[in-house]
Amino acid sequence: MSVFTPWSAAIGGALIAASAVLLLATLGRVAGISGIVGRLPTAAPGDRAWRWAFLLGLLAGAGLWARLAGVPPPGAISGPSLGPWGLAAAGALVGCGTALAGGCTSGHGVCGLARLSRRSFAAVGVFMAVALLTTWGLRHGGL
Amino acid sequence: MAASDHRGRVVAALAGLLFGLGLAIAGMTDPRKVLAFLDVAGAWDPSLMVVLAVAVSLTAWGYRRVLRGGAPRCAAAFDLPAERRVDARLLLGAALFGLGWGAAGYCPGPALAGLAMDNAQAWIFVPAMLAGSWLTRAWMDRAAARRASDAPRPPGRD
Repeated sequence: MSVFTPWSAAIGGALIAASAVLLLATLGRVAGISGIVGRLPTAAPGDRAWRWAFLLGLLAGAGLWARLAGVPPPGAISGPSLGPWGLAAAGALVGCGTALAGGCTSGHGVCGLARLSRRSFAAVGVFMAVALLTTWGLRHGGL
Repeated sequence: MAASDHRGRVVAALAGLLFGLGLAIAGMTDPRKVLAFLDVAGAWDPSLMVVLAVAVSLTAWGYRRVLRGGAPRCAAAFDLPAERRVDARLLLGAALFGLGWGAAGYCPGPALAGLAMDNAQAWIFVPAMLAGSWLTRAWMDRAAARRASDAPRPPGRD
């Protein structure tokens, strides 16, 4: 059972906001993970260092919390488990989809909505609806 | 000052640190917690909704203040997404993303974070995600280049 944790959710959300605002205030960029990492391979030489720095910072922050709070690894997903091939397929879908859409939950969901971007409202509406349907289908719909 | 400068790298690392910490503290790095939100017909956990609501409202407030300032501190100008049309590509991409996210409970940030959190699933999900992203972007760049070379030349030129 997943417990509703409003306070840690709020704190986490505030930290994510701090990250986004800091990135805009300093480097003038949107904190969209799919774009920051996705554009690394093709980025111009002067455009790469900050991306690596952000990614390493993200890993450090998450890893630090895991050590501090003793977060246990998620292990198997409750409900129908995807298995390695399903997981890989899901990963490919996320990679492909976020590239086509030009953003993900951070880029469109947080930063785009914060900017009142019409594209982001559309993207969030679609990916939320599809995600809800997908989860429903896999868990209750017999897919 | 360019984004390649030392200061740019330091603030980017700090921003990443805050982001990773935020995701982990909120529990968004655990796909079970994310799926418990997406599973509206099951034992529903609204935590993700709180994360988004707080993140979006605080970011909106912060963004307005920053953009009023005129220019970023460590770069020449703001580099915000320029495309404004809601096109088929956006909608298709969002649908594919939703499919993968709804199935696995991972989106890019949490999946990457998993690499540092002893999460074996991340080591399958992330390479697949990066491959999907890289191939798609390569295709998009080729399509854009083709469109540019197909564009009619202005009159008077050869």
